[in-house]
Amino acid sequence: MSGRITVKTVERPRMGLLEQVYVFEALRGLWVTSRHFFLNLWRHTLKAAGLKAEPGAVTIQYPEDPAVVARRARTRHRLLKREDGSPRCVACLLCETICPAKCIRIVAEESPDVMVEKRAKSFEIDLGECVFCGYCVEACPEDAIRMDSGQVEMSAHSREDMVWTMAELMGDQPKLRPIRPSKDPLAG
Amino acid sequence: MAEVKLTIDGISVNAHEGALVIDAARSAGIHIPHYCYHPALGNPGVCRLCLVEVEGAPKLQVACRLPVKDGMVVKTRSEAAKKAQAFSVELHLVDHPLDCPVCDQAGECLLQDYYQRHALHSSSVREDKLHKPKRVELGPNVMLDAERCILCTRCVRFLDEITGTRELGVFQRGEEGEIALTPGKRLDNPYAGNVVDLCPVGALTERDFRFQVRVWYLKSTPTLCTGCARGCSILLQTNPERRWHAGGRRAVRIKPRVNSSVNGWWICDEGRASWKAVDAPSRLKTPSWLKSGKAGAMAWEDAEKLLAAELAELCRVRGPEGLAVVLSGTLSNEDLYAAKKLFVERLRAGRLLVKPGPDQLGEEDGLLRRQARVPNLRGAQALGFGAALKECSWDSLLEDVLSGKVWGLWAVGRDPLAVWGEKGPAALSKLELTVHQAVHASAFTQAARWVLPSASWAEQDATFTNFQGRVQRARKALEPLGASRPDWRIFGGILRSLGGAWPHESPEPVFAELSLKEPAFAGLGFELPPEGASL
Ligand code: SF4
Ligand code: SF4
Ligand code: SF4
Ligand code: SF4
Repeated sequence: MSGRITVKTVERPRMGLLEQVYVFEALRGLWVTSRHFFLNLWRHTLKAAGLKAEPGAVTIQYPEDPAVVARRARTRHRLLKREDGSPRCVACLLCETICPAKCIRIVAEESPDVMVEKRAKSFEIDLGECVFCGYCVEACPEDAIRMDSGQVEMSAHSREDMVWTMAELMGDQPKLRPIRPSKDPLAG
Repeated sequence: MAEVKLTIDGISVNAHEGALVIDAARSAGIHIPHYCYHPALGNPGVCRLCLVEVEGAPKLQVACRLPVKDGMVVKTRSEAAKKAQAFSVELHLVDHPLDCPVCDQAGECLLQDYYQRHALHSSSVREDKLHKPKRVELGPNVMLDAERCILCTRCVRFLDEITGTRELGVFQRGEEGEIALTPGKRLDNPYAGNVVDLCPVGALTERDFRFQVRVWYLKSTPTLCTGCARGCSILLQTNPERRWHAGGRRAVRIKPRVNSSVNGWWICDEGRASWKAVDAPSRLKTPSWLKSGKAGAMAWEDAEKLLAAELAELCRVRGPEGLAVVLSGTLSNEDLYAAKKLFVERLRAGRLLVKPGPDQLGEEDGLLRRQARVPNLRGAQALGFGAALKECSWDSLLEDVLSGKVWGLWAVGRDPLAVWGEKGPAALSKLELTVHQAVHASAFTQAARWVLPSASWAEQDATFTNFQGRVQRARKALEPLGASRPDWRIFGGILRSLGGAWPHESPEPVFAELSLKEPAFAGLGFELPPEGASL
């Protein structure tokens, strides 16, 4: 590893007298919160009265209501298929190579189709280790992997359950997540 | 030969008269792109990549066919030269399938490299690409993809000029030209694998390596092949990190390393496949002994103590005359030196056998392969085995065992049962002590009272002396499998348990002591140059 590292020291901002007195800063914080509260209250009231107003802020009732994700957000990966239904992935290992979390594991094999030549025998992503950087999508020369499933809920009860297999990533098999009888600490 | 002086890219270069501009440039550290030229295979000048500008010449010149002249001024990176080189790369890619995602050559491909370095064009060709046969099995270990071939003819020239076997040829003409097998032939000569190394692109690939692992994951260790007495220089390539590839094996490929004093550019296919043994399931991993018919694993410390005690007792009661030790030229100089200290100087064993028997002889040819399939026979001789230290033969040893003159047999890396055939079991039943010290399990492992696992050649730093008397270094590419150990350490441990002096914990001081004590090795150091040093 060569290359010079240049160090730039950034001074911490110093607190002035007003900040040190604390009361003024606390009041300022309260002011910001209260302003938002009353402003939104005003807007919602106007709207309820049938009058024209700027839209007020809305709280999404998550998890009762589904999460809203932008279409370009990087969500859970999926593996794409060709027109004949076979996987697009040719096991080139570029995604596995670029992945900074080293959470992709591919085993390659011979493809029966001579024009495809190579394919993945198994393809696993450990979403417990993935940092959702999207590099795998960028690296893929075959447009075989995308992060556009829209799914952001992937939690599981064990580390092993966080690993998604090829069939699951292709949508051929729903993610089987064995729900273990969880202990409710409040159930006594 | 007279020296001439020329200028290449502003650098003044001295070269022998008659040398090629491409070589003169290389000696000055200037790489002129080329596919067809190879120092061992001549310069047909077909790839048209090495075009350079020469002052005073009306046209660009082909550097691989141009002899140097005094006062010549060559420009390899002038605008005209750069344009011509880039155009050549573009022409080579006109019908190229750009299979890089599935091509095993990707990462070490000269089409990729030269595109990046010299071309970076966007293709101006709008026609469909021409299709040719893909996935053609030329022989047991070589796969052809005719679409990827750039017709440099290196493979054809190798088979014509070096092996003389002529299995491949160029068929058809023009853009339909393609490499194919000569009718009725298969690419199965003992050196066939070299065409894969020669092929600058992914047209010829190794079947053993097919889709195993990407080349950029590999770690290369410069070491030597231990397949025969030549000891070719090689690169042993291992997959250190992502173990789910290549079936979990650590060693995955062997490539030749250029060494003009030993193997030139080539290696044989047997040597090329020798990585397979490194992680084979037959590897022995723990020391063990047979007690009342059952094998029991044990720690090295216990094994050393118990075996040493058994040896000392038997030598005292039955006399050291009856101890036979089968060593071999597969052992390194350090191993043999330690063996000499243990068996000759300390125990005074009555019978020694080092020279290769039928178990270690193979075919010999004029190119590389030597009859003795052991890397260190000359080293054993230099240490006195077979001369000052008298040797027996497999036959006389069998006789002596059957007649009861021998009570103990310690075989290192060799299997007496494989040599003695049907008389073997009867002979073994006469022995009181049997030790099998080996890398791989074989028939004798089952029968031996003691089993001591040795580390393989890929797992240790060591020196070997080839048949020319050239001492070369093997370098450690991997950790020893399981509890296996280098043989010198095993011998040293027993020697220590017997009360002898063995202070060494690493191979370097062993070699230092060896070069002091053994006149043949005087003056040599453990850090040998890449091409080795003569005795
Ligand atoms: S998003 Fe990033 S961390 Fe996750 S699998 Fe892809 S490359 Fe790896
Ligand atoms: S980069 Fe794309 S084609 Fe290559 S292994 Fe990953 S998903 Fe498959
Ligand atoms: S030969 Fe080289 S350029 Fe052609 S497909 Fe293989 S890696 Fe790519
Ligand atoms: S197969 Fe390879 S070595 Fe042979 S001519 Fe084609 S590119 Fe050259």
